[in-house]
Amino acid sequence: MQTKNLISFAGKRGNQIRSDCFVELGSKPSGGINLNLKSKVASMYGASIEKQIKEMCSFFGLKNANILIEDNGALPFVLAARFELAVRRLFPEIDKEFLLPANKNNLYHTSKERLRRSRLYLPGNEPKFFLNAGLHQPDGIILDLEDSVAHSEKDAAQLLVRNALRSVDFYGSERMVRINQLPRGLDDLKFIVPYNVQVILIPKCESPKQVIGIEAEIDRIKKKNNISNEIYLMPIIESALGIIKAYEIATASKNICALTIGLEDYTADIGTQRTLEGRESFFARSMIVNAAKAAGVQAIDTVFSDVGDMEGLRASVLDAKSLGFEGKGCIHPRQIPVVHEVFAPTADEIDKAKKIVAAFEEAKVKGIGVVSLGSKMVDAPVVKKAIRILELSGRS
Amino acid sequence: MRLIINAAGRYVPTEVNGVKQIPFTGINKFRPNGNKAKPMINSCIDYPQDGNKIVKNLKDALKRAGLKDGMTISTHHHLRNGDVLTNILFDTIHELGIKNIRWFPSASFPVHEYLIKYLEDGTIHHIEGSMNGPLGKFTTDGKMKGVGVLRSHGGRYQAVQDGEVHIDIAIIAAPTADFFGNANGVYGKSASGLIGFALVDSEYANKVIVVTDNLVPFPCVPWQIQGNNVDYVVQVDSLGDASKIVSGTTEVTKSPDRLLIAEYVAQFIDEAGIMKNGFSFQAGSGGTNLAFVLYLKERMKAKGIKARFVRGGSTKYLVQLLEEGLTDYILDGQTFDLEGVRSMRENPNHVNTSPFTSYNFHGKGNFASIVDVAVLGATEVDINFNANVVSHSDGYLLHGIGGWQNCLYSKCTILAVPSFRDRIPVIIDEVTTLCGPGELIDVIITERGIAINPKRKDLIKAMKNTSLPIKPIKKIRDEVYEICGVPAKPKINKNKVVAVIKWVDGTLIDSVFQIK
Repeated sequence: MQTKNLISFAGKRGNQIRSDCFVELGSKPSGGINLNLKSKVASMYGASIEKQIKEMCSFFGLKNANILIEDNGALPFVLAARFELAVRRLFPEIDKEFLLPANKNNLYHTSKERLRRSRLYLPGNEPKFFLNAGLHQPDGIILDLEDSVAHSEKDAAQLLVRNALRSVDFYGSERMVRINQLPRGLDDLKFIVPYNVQVILIPKCESPKQVIGIEAEIDRIKKKNNISNEIYLMPIIESALGIIKAYEIATASKNICALTIGLEDYTADIGTQRTLEGRESFFARSMIVNAAKAAGVQAIDTVFSDVGDMEGLRASVLDAKSLGFEGKGCIHPRQIPVVHEVFAPTADEIDKAKKIVAAFEEAKVKGIGVVSLGSKMVDAPVVKKAIRILELSGRS
Repeated sequence: MRLIINAAGRYVPTEVNGVKQIPFTGINKFRPNGNKAKPMINSCIDYPQDGNKIVKNLKDALKRAGLKDGMTISTHHHLRNGDVLTNILFDTIHELGIKNIRWFPSASFPVHEYLIKYLEDGTIHHIEGSMNGPLGKFTTDGKMKGVGVLRSHGGRYQAVQDGEVHIDIAIIAAPTADFFGNANGVYGKSASGLIGFALVDSEYANKVIVVTDNLVPFPCVPWQIQGNNVDYVVQVDSLGDASKIVSGTTEVTKSPDRLLIAEYVAQFIDEAGIMKNGFSFQAGSGGTNLAFVLYLKERMKAKGIKARFVRGGSTKYLVQLLEEGLTDYILDGQTFDLEGVRSMRENPNHVNTSPFTSYNFHGKGNFASIVDVAVLGATEVDINFNANVVSHSDGYLLHGIGGWQNCLYSKCTILAVPSFRDRIPVIIDEVTTLCGPGELIDVIITERGIAINPKRKDLIKAMKNTSLPIKPIKKIRDEVYEICGVPAKPKINKNKVVAVIKWVDGTLIDSVFQIK
């Protein structure tokens, strides 16, 4: 460990900050650990915060340091991420990870076919949004390392997202992370792959090679950590080239579970602007749907970004549904029930699906190969779709 | 100071500021007898025959009222955080060299931080009302000369009526008044809606001073305060900052978690069978409380259900219910926004009420227990459903009781609270300060689950098939501790009581101790 007087900073400070903290760490050649803790919750958790910091100091072999912590109600996993960041910024050669016990509620599995009607984006460096996100029951929660994180805080978000994946209860939502654009995104993987991430979103994807590269790195980390659970991939197509390559991308790996689209970058790429009607993106969105269906994966639409406009959201989801999309991105929890409601099958659809499934069951019992409803023959994909509709109606 | 354990198991002093106290003996167990306190006899021949009671200024009025050391001075919180008058009042009292005043406000606001210097120099001996924000910190640090007394709005009326508090001089800020002292809060640049909190003071105080910044020719109607009870009228340029008296417009919370809680509240009220034609509910002004009204409204509209009355702090959202025909009446205790003020002025079905109408312990009946459901907040709730509204878990006084204790008497009392706030647990083992016994609290609704008081078997049965996340309260507590950690108790000085909490009947339900 160095003996020079150096100083590093991590986290956020100020009156507006909630559920986060600021750490100032100064190394010195001697004098032991000097901790100055200013915490809003000092009377309740002052002692436990001090204990945690001392534990971390000894974990990282920090013997002499001045530590200032300004705490605005940071939970232990946040405090740990911020303090570890301060240590790593001061001593870049450190490669040890300080991991709190993992939350046992997060050991559930996912499947390639699971419902992905809604996915809620959360900025990866804003801990205050993490804790209750799952209570709003999105099908997936995305901890974002990409656009919502400032360039200078990418290292902060990596640690925070890692700790969140271990500590925050996702309440059954699929655990997703959007990594950075390649090549930086490859560096993100070691912070998420060992911690039961279930879906990785690949931004600005425009070639199958990128998918293969990511998958190779995931496999390497899985092997190193002796992990066997599946990690699915969701490429985000955001360019004219990506749209043209959509089918190749969708078939680049068996672990791709869905294709989705990012329209801000796409419309910029083709030299136009996003409109409410979306005529400019009709081709691209249809391409995504077609490529995804051809590849046998889900087609998921982009986000609706006006959080105040619930009617606009409803119209946009209806539009997506009619094009063949099966899911929509959300940037606010209040959007989730609207998305689920629109993707829920209508009473007519449910009724018809019930009849088809009943006919199928009956044919199975009777050992008849051909399923028919009234005078019409029912094909296997129709039965599959009917089963899907009944699944959807069961959970809206 | 001698402490004894009351029926709620809490330590309370036997004497406060030299006055003997009765410990809490249980809900509806204490029943004082005898006669109510008597106001002084006055005769109209002692007042100007032309009805003109205007005096030169506040100082003149205080002198004429016979202001002396050690008197009890009352004020009211209609002007909320826009109140300038109370600060000027104590400037004047200080100027006159008066000491040891017992200040008896109906509530205090952050703007009254200004008065700390008068608490320090002995102008004010202690506060009986609420000790908010900076005043709460000052009190809990043990710096106030006397012991603070916190009462509910109903308890304030009770304390005056049974003689526990005798008001020497009442100062009533009147957004509109005439020279005779008739006054209301619905007109004028400082309009606050209603001024019902001053009613008891106008009736029982020895001397009553009405201060207005909108003097109108006699008669001032409506007369929410009657001139017959008023001694002096003072005209000033401004009572306060109008923008802080009522909000221009109240907005519903944008917090997704609070909206989720609000949605749960509406669903609960609907599914428990409380929402039916002719029902009634109480709604406050907090973020969650405003939002649940919107969700409830959607459900009422969808099912074609109409309420008979809504009790509240009124806001534009309650006014919309009234104007869209979804309730017959608003019984208004205090008005929170300009739409509320307008409606009260224009709509005879928007009724102004006082703590006497709503929840006075010495009334012949209790409005609060007629209400079908009350949705309230809390700073802490424990696993026995006991709740706290005056302090946080750090032990510092922060809020007043308001009408909260009184509203607990509703047929179904719901506390809608987040399970924790920024690592401060709300659902805990034992409340830091007991303000409301769990016996009166029926349902706790948090973002992490809904706990029904086990004694409400009817509600548990009614909610058997709900999709709402009903859980034992201990399960919610466990989840909170899992996330935040188990909180340490504040370090208190057990020998120094800095304030006491009154129950609605005037007995002592708990004490607040100095923080070390």
